[in-house]
Amino acid sequence: MSKLTPVLSANWDEKDSFTIEGYKRNGGYNAVAKALTMEPDAVIAMIKDSGLRGRGGAGFPTGSKWGFIPQGDNKEHYLVVNADESEPGTCKDMPLLLANPHVLIEGIIIGSYAIRANHAFIYLRGEVVHVFRRVQQAIEDAYKAGLLGKNIGGKGFDLELTLHAGAGAYICGEETALLDSLEGFRGQPRLRPPFPAIAGLYAKPTVVNNVESIASVPAIINNGVEWFQAMGTEKSKGFTLYSLSGHVNNPGQFEAPLGITLRELLELAGGVRTGHKLKFWTPGGSSTPMFTDEHLDIPLDYEGVSAAGSMLGTKALQIFDETTCVIRATLRWCEFYKHESCGKCTPCREGTWWLVQMLQDLEDGKGTEADLTKLLDLCDNIAGRSFCALADGAVAPIISSLKYFRDEYLEHQRNGGCPFDPVASTIFKTVGA
Amino acid sequence: MTPEQALLETQTAVEMITVVIDGFEVTVPKGTLVIRAAEKLGIQIPRFCDHPLLEPAGACRQCLVDIEINGRAFPKPQASCTIPVENNMIVKTQLTSPVAEKAQAGIMEFLLINHPLDCPVCDKGGECPLQNQAMSNGRPESRFEGVKRTFEKPVAISSQVLLDRERCVLCARCTRFSEQIAGDPFITLNERGALQQVGIYEEDPFESYYSGNTVQICPVGALTGTSYRFRARPFDLVSVDSACEHCASGCAMRTDIRRGKTLRRLAGDDASVNEEWNCDKGRWAFKYLTSRERVTSPMIRGEDGELHEASWPEAIAFAAKGLKGKRAGVLVGGRATVEDAYGYSKFARVALGTNDIDFRARPYSEEETAFLSSVALGLKTTYKDIDKADQVVLLGFEPEEESPIVFLRIYKQFRKRALTVISDAPVASRGSVKLNAKSISDIKTISGLTAKSVILVGERLAEKAGALSSAVDLAEKSGAKLAWIPRRAGERGALAAGAIATLLPGGRPVSEASARVDVAAAWSVDSLPTNPGRSTTEILHALTVKNLDAVVVGGVDPLDISNSALSQLLNSFVVSLEITHSSVTAVADVVLPVAAVIEKSGSFQDWQGSTRTFDKAITDSLSRSDVRILSMIADEMGTPINLPTVAATAREIAALGNWDGKKIAFEKTSEAKPVIAEGKLHLTSWRLLLDLGTLQDGEANLAGTARKASARISKSRAEKLGVNEGEFLSISSDLGSLKLPVEISEMADDQIWVPRNSIDSQVIANLGFVSGQVTVVKA
Repeated sequence: MSKLTPVLSANWDEKDSFTIEGYKRNGGYNAVAKALTMEPDAVIAMIKDSGLRGRGGAGFPTGSKWGFIPQGDNKEHYLVVNADESEPGTCKDMPLLLANPHVLIEGIIIGSYAIRANHAFIYLRGEVVHVFRRVQQAIEDAYKAGLLGKNIGGKGFDLELTLHAGAGAYICGEETALLDSLEGFRGQPRLRPPFPAIAGLYAKPTVVNNVESIASVPAIINNGVEWFQAMGTEKSKGFTLYSLSGHVNNPGQFEAPLGITLRELLELAGGVRTGHKLKFWTPGGSSTPMFTDEHLDIPLDYEGVSAAGSMLGTKALQIFDETTCVIRATLRWCEFYKHESCGKCTPCREGTWWLVQMLQDLEDGKGTEADLTKLLDLCDNIAGRSFCALADGAVAPIISSLKYFRDEYLEHQRNGGCPFDPVASTIFKTVGA
Repeated sequence: MTPEQALLETQTAVEMITVVIDGFEVTVPKGTLVIRAAEKLGIQIPRFCDHPLLEPAGACRQCLVDIEINGRAFPKPQASCTIPVENNMIVKTQLTSPVAEKAQAGIMEFLLINHPLDCPVCDKGGECPLQNQAMSNGRPESRFEGVKRTFEKPVAISSQVLLDRERCVLCARCTRFSEQIAGDPFITLNERGALQQVGIYEEDPFESYYSGNTVQICPVGALTGTSYRFRARPFDLVSVDSACEHCASGCAMRTDIRRGKTLRRLAGDDASVNEEWNCDKGRWAFKYLTSRERVTSPMIRGEDGELHEASWPEAIAFAAKGLKGKRAGVLVGGRATVEDAYGYSKFARVALGTNDIDFRARPYSEEETAFLSSVALGLKTTYKDIDKADQVVLLGFEPEEESPIVFLRIYKQFRKRALTVISDAPVASRGSVKLNAKSISDIKTISGLTAKSVILVGERLAEKAGALSSAVDLAEKSGAKLAWIPRRAGERGALAAGAIATLLPGGRPVSEASARVDVAAAWSVDSLPTNPGRSTTEILHALTVKNLDAVVVGGVDPLDISNSALSQLLNSFVVSLEITHSSVTAVADVVLPVAAVIEKSGSFQDWQGSTRTFDKAITDSLSRSDVRILSMIADEMGTPINLPTVAATAREIAALGNWDGKKIAFEKTSEAKPVIAEGKLHLTSWRLLLDLGTLQDGEANLAGTARKASARISKSRAEKLGVNEGEFLSISSDLGSLKLPVEISEMADDQIWVPRNSIDSQVIANLGFVSGQVTVVKA
């Protein structure tokens, strides 16, 4: 029996899966009808009971987050969906929105109803124009179908939904920077407290949730808490999207219960590139410390990955085989973080500037063993010293690559340059592939 | 008063919290940040972005410390500038936590990797928080071997502020100041990562009246003042506490001198007045001191009709001879200190035997004279009342233009709690826009004021008949606090010193015999003149019609009064006490050079009535204060006033004290609305902060940020006149005309506003009045 549990991705292979008709044909929007007959607090309680945790990386219980919104405060509340997916390696929300935007809209209606918000926003990564168009069409269709706007489903609930295109800054995936950006300011993280639940968008109580978290809500409403809890592990309940990319024969999104292992996923994905073997991989995107082939059997849930020294993150499993230079990969990631550092705080802004130069030298075979000590010391001065978690992500691949591949760093120095053929790791390389 | 004390004073029953920092207990008010609590113990946590008057940013991360609360330690070091103290909190700074110490050293190393380390040529070198803290909390040597980020340097973000982006540590103090304190968010951070930089919108330069504060609070040499750049090293400067002579706000100042020359002026600290800020005029307008037009020697007009240099004894004797036994009046300008004004007041009464004295070198009214004589000196409103006000009413007063620190205080409360502001201005100034001021056209329509409301009356309210009376009426009926805020620094002090016909020093009415006896006894004279004195224009008129023979003029620009004032001086004996040559010295019979504020000691009374004393900053200056010169003339005339020094004068003023007897009742005047003839518009004006005022002479960088003059009319009026925004209007009166570009504004159709004394718009010189009927056509 396949280990897959397709819920969000169940109908991706239907050619009209992204249309409102296609979605409804498979039972779409039944959950809204059901949720609107429930008390909002009961909806929150149900999501709390289900054990659904944030799928954006941090794994914070979604129902608890909803419960933080003060009720009866005579203020507007907002639900903001973080669809600014831009972590290197992460590719779950964009395919989901491309294939099934209505599941998000349905989740938004339920979530907004639960937290008593009458205006919700989707902050979507602006570069992905085809997804933007699809979500826009879906919202328009939902309005036409009376699922958005005034008096939804005749139950007296009003909800406006606004789609906003981000302008291409990774930092805007950080929830407070996202809110600043959504308000029209430069995206830079805000000082907390106050937390968004108290003063978020326009200083009003706000829930910020990842696309996948919200999209998982309708299935829980439809099928119940027990159904959801039957999947996953003790503290990490339910199904989720694992995205496999890189040196793997059949890359893509694999929806499976939390706690599946990479070994199992690799089997489903046709294994590592034929003729090669696994060298290192990220469990949840580039900002989660990397693993090696020692970690194939670690359960990929919040606790399992954390116990092994990394983070589940966005479940973006980037697979690298033995043709890949780990310094080169780390350098590329670090260049990304340098480019995306918002500049607000010193360690991230200046640290990434420095790290890139050091990594480039190390990749070029310049430097000494003492430089590795210095590199680690710089990472120590950055990690946990910055304003937000971006810098922690920037140093994660460096620290973990040094942990597992220190000798490869030294080999660069002995060799006076990178011992790897960069072409060998590309997909267009035929010889040996 | 420290900021903490100020905070305590404005709060009642503050909850106190005790924390342990580096093993020492300290008790501070709830809400105090850890970094401030540490300061109370004398523990200096290094910082850049932190500033006690700005909202926390937590951006530089230099102030990281270890914190535990209730036995639970934060897993990572925390920015002490963002975390308020809590009970059972234990803080370990760099002094006791190796983790905090390493974290701070790490941040400092990062800050320096892209810093050019050009301290030897940097203005900030020697007084630089980055330099100092790199020494105290940094690594001895950098481990950075890479390539630094470089920028073009410097770039002018306004004519007076230069930005060196390489030196910037991106603490955002300047941008936060501009947004949070001044309400002028003309600079922001642009770009991201290491390329983040302070920037302006190209079409909107950094033309804030408060821009100099950003230079002062910049913790590195990134923002420098154009006028001071490369002029001095801080360790060559001698700093002297001083007071500002430019307006009645009362700013504490610091004047930095090198070898007898003023190199720069900075805002001083006074939490109850200017906090730590000042305006650009106060900061940069001091070049008049070294102007080429400076009067350096006494001068006597010879028989050839020209002024010739003379010795002091010659000039004093000449002045005394010209005044002795003559019918003479005294005109005092707004620059006079309390002591100087007292000198003029006593000189008029004792040496000249007259009450013909007036400090108002500006438009005024009989109603104002009555208001000043009976109401103004009794007003006790202060900045603190603004802090607590439920509403602020601005009448004939533009705080941002006419008393910039008053504006900052109102803005602070507006930002904090959306304080309601009401203004009677016919058109919204930028200051009014920033305060979201509600416009009213008739004082009588103001309602809902309480005892916590504050009515701020400017000197310009005197230009509207009956308006001062209505303001007093409003205050009486509502219980609101009233304040009179003249534009110039010397006016409130001059009023208190009796430099006005109706009052003797200490607010003693000339009309009260007992008051005259009081003063005569203190001055050791038999009696004081009883004749009702003349006011400014009456003195000038009397000179013209030969009812007066002579006049003593101290720091008056005739064009502040009227366009005929200068010619009215022509046929009398004029004694001019001046800092720089002017239109008055050009017609004076004797010119006596006097010291400017920086060269003398003295005091001003700010609008609250508080005394702002200052010492000589330039100690070896040969220039003398007005009072000393007047005392010499009086001696020579044989009618001594015995005020040989400023200190002696101050002692005499203190000994004399204030009048506690019967006050003259304020006789109210009823309002008279100006009648506007068909086809005419009613013109009003006020001075912009940066304009053609003589004390701003010689400072081109400051003048570069002055707002351009424009004529403001309503949209429908512009349509009727057939002009578009930016096209020129011709504005004329019987006496002359002005040509200014149009700025379409929200205002009544029959109104037009122009700046009073700006380039291309000097209304007294060009139109002959400051408000009145004008003919307006498309130019």
